[in-house]
Amino acid sequence: MKMTGAKIVIESMIKENVEVVFGYPGGAIMNVYDEIYKQDSFQHILTRHEQAAVHAADGYARATGKVGVAFLTSGPGFTNGVTGLATAYTDSIPLVVISGQVPSGLIGTDAFQEIDAVGISRPCTKHNFLVKDVKDLAYIIKEAFYLAQSGRPGPVHIDIPKDVTAAMTEFVYPNEVDLKTYKPTIKGNKRQIKKAIQAINEAKKPLVYVGGGAVLSNAGELVREFVEFTQIPAVETLMAKGVLGHYNPLNLGMVGMHGTYAANMAMAETDLVISFGARFDDRVTGKLSEFAKNAKVIHIDIDPTSISKLVHADYPIVGDLKRVLEDMMPLVKAEINPENYEYFRSIVKRYNELHPLSYHDSDEVLKPQWVIAKTGEILGDKAVVSTDVGQHQMWTAQYYPFSFPRQFVTSGGLGTMGFGFPAAMGVKRGMLDKVSINFSGDGSILMNIQEFVTAYEYKLPVINIVLNNNYLGMVRQWQTMFYDDRLAETDLSVQPDFVALVEACGGKGYRVKTKEEFVSALNDAVKQNVPVFIDVIIDRREIVLPMVPAGESLANTIVEYKDPKQLENKDNK
Amino acid sequence: MRKVISVMVENEHGVLARIVNLFAGRGYNIESLTVAPIPESEYSRMTIVTEGDPEIFEQIAKQLNKLIPVYKVIESDNFIEKEMAMVKFPIENSLSDIDALARCYNGSISNISEDFIVVTVLDRAARIDNFLKGIKKFNPIEIVRSGVSVIDR
Repeated sequence: MKMTGAKIVIESMIKENVEVVFGYPGGAIMNVYDEIYKQDSFQHILTRHEQAAVHAADGYARATGKVGVAFLTSGPGFTNGVTGLATAYTDSIPLVVISGQVPSGLIGTDAFQEIDAVGISRPCTKHNFLVKDVKDLAYIIKEAFYLAQSGRPGPVHIDIPKDVTAAMTEFVYPNEVDLKTYKPTIKGNKRQIKKAIQAINEAKKPLVYVGGGAVLSNAGELVREFVEFTQIPAVETLMAKGVLGHYNPLNLGMVGMHGTYAANMAMAETDLVISFGARFDDRVTGKLSEFAKNAKVIHIDIDPTSISKLVHADYPIVGDLKRVLEDMMPLVKAEINPENYEYFRSIVKRYNELHPLSYHDSDEVLKPQWVIAKTGEILGDKAVVSTDVGQHQMWTAQYYPFSFPRQFVTSGGLGTMGFGFPAAMGVKRGMLDKVSINFSGDGSILMNIQEFVTAYEYKLPVINIVLNNNYLGMVRQWQTMFYDDRLAETDLSVQPDFVALVEACGGKGYRVKTKEEFVSALNDAVKQNVPVFIDVIIDRREIVLPMVPAGESLANTIVEYKDPKQLENKDNK
Repeated sequence: MRKVISVMVENEHGVLARIVNLFAGRGYNIESLTVAPIPESEYSRMTIVTEGDPEIFEQIAKQLNKLIPVYKVIESDNFIEKEMAMVKFPIENSLSDIDALARCYNGSISNISEDFIVVTVLDRAARIDNFLKGIKKFNPIEIVRSGVSVIDR
């Protein structure tokens, strides 16, 4: 059947079983929006800023494992979405983002709302397309969905000039794509796997290091099975939260800059790092030359560029983690003796007893760690938890009892403030039976606060728990620790009345200063059908611990820090 | 260390930009780059000369392979290498001296106008360097190098 490019876009979404598109219309993409108006196969959610549209699609994708979709217009519509693309790119999240472009004949003439969109998105997408002929459109959309989900996932951007959405052609949606130049390696090399098993057998202090790849390849159960069978202690990255589970006795917790003492010391001491879809990020490794200095490295990753990029891999295995573990487990069961690692287990147990994750609770002022742990106690696995970026993000990673993969939605690689709330809207849209929590800070939340209107309109009752210390807390923490407490531009004492602000947008606000107030606010919040803002007044000078100062070795983990000003500030504000 | 990498890419919109952006964005050097379509195929061949150490080359090759339109990355060390250079001299120079020098580097005089002599030579990049040193005394007005092309032996 002949149809316009705009209609082809819509029909292709239907073929891909898209149930929701987040977006924002504008001149160059109006043909497509006109077709959205005429259909009722999928929902369109109008965010109040393009950045939020892409973050919402991203949150939807992270929580559900499906491809998130966002539509933007040309020029500023697209550039506003770029932060969303970059955020998804660094965390390997499958998105298809479609933007309108000025008509082909005007490209290159500095037309109204023209920008070289594919030029801008090139370094922050897995791949991008400028559609020059309507005849290519259906195939490109198919290819985009395929690229976004296959191999190492990532966002794919399609830029469509306005005349292409108006032009007519026969609509044929391909059943499959075959790209001669793109063949991701899925199955791991058998010989390499055997060598890796042998290395595990010979190791005395092996350590499993789980990364976001375990979530992306849906390998969570196999990773747990591996760890539980071998009884090898494990550490996790920020992106792997929930894979092993908070209460798993072999899980030493997060490794790296704000990792647990036990995880960091285990990494310093191990003689074999077994990396499951992790990428040795600088926030994990600390000083590279000191990182796992005594260890050989088994590195399983679907992306060859991740292997030996920062840390040399002695046993590289390129492949999809799930597939590799499926091949590995029979060998593991036949050849690995869990008793061999008893000594190492006893060492890491002692590390854990020496400095468990802890904070000094108080009855006079709310501690952020308590707020998060309490939320976990009340909601546990009933909630999917998003965060913004900063201290609250690290506290959430440390203290929320995550128990399943995809339960934690956070901008790990790019560290995008303003991500949490729109992402939590996407989470809610994708996981209607879950409570969608966004832990945020008083800095981050303001970066996309306008989304209260969207969340209200579309009945996406996200609960924002804002740990308010009137500071850009993480930067303030660094200033205190490493810049002699010179608090350059981090004091956020001037703030809106958040409760009034969100209620003006149709939301529900609470302001809490005590434990009782918090618990009662949270219990009330889960009953709301509108977005919620719980303004939690916390200890202003609380810092995230443990901490490895930037560029130092994991062995130099700071577990205690006396802030002389913390006591003075007891009454806050 | 110098390295020549050949890349076969799909002939499509923006593919050169993808390659160049990759080098710029990750801080890899490009000493020279040539590109032309491969006859009777949908591919082009790029020849990139780069500087770095072996770990960098390994990353460059992997990163190139990761780009969707890249079909093949060839990193052979066993290749024939040629580069062309064109040099313009003032007419006052001795024609025979220049011609003799050009012949040593697989070259010849390509054009003579009222004011200028243009010479074209074809050789390995290192030998082109030597040629350009050797002709300094003839006061070249303009020098154009083509960048390196290679083919496996």
